[in-house]
Amino acid sequence: MGMDLVFKIAFIGIVVSILSIVLKQAEREEWAQMLTLAGVVAVLMIVAEMVLELFQAVRTMFQLY
Amino acid sequence: MEIFQVVGLAVVSVVVLLVIRRHRPEMAVLLALVVGLVIFFMVAQRLLAVLEFLRDLAARAGVDSLYLNIILKIVGIAYITEIGAQVCRDAQETSVAAKVELAGKLLILVLAVPIVMAIVEAVLRVL
Repeated sequence: MGMDLVFKIAFIGIVVSILSIVLKQAEREEWAQMLTLAGVVAVLMIVAEMVLELFQAVRTMFQLY
Repeated sequence: MEIFQVVGLAVVSVVVLLVIRRHRPEMAVLLALVVGLVIFFMVAQRLLAVLEFLRDLAARAGVDSLYLNIILKIVGIAYITEIGAQVCRDAQETSVAAKVELAGKLLILVLAVPIVMAIVEAVLRVL
């Protein structure tokens, strides 16, 4: 369950890091920063969803209401 | 068996983490958290089965379900605290991890108070 999420995030991470290096070469420093920020926000959205799922699972499992 | 999938996923993820950590440390922390969650969801069904078995055992042994619920709550809190503390340590924020663990310990202590009271009363009744 969710194994594709791992590869999706890994893909985003690698693409963002490569693109930011390319942008740095092209003297577009601010674009690189914005791209990194966008990458982190995208990954955060996915992670937030999974963490919510984790909390729901643990809450029902251990009756942590 | 799931263990092969878990180990396979862990090895692949560690390699990817090594690549990502050099350029984007913040992505590596998030990816490490996601890998941990995926592995947890893989074994969650087995954990549920074990918990059901524990409940049946407790019911058969006549143990009051209140105590078992408290113990399960404590295990849940400890597990979530551990996840949070590990994420903080992954990001080299040991001070934040220490605070998370402090909060977890206090919450567990609060939950354990009724059990301690029950024990003390039982002992006093005997004396």
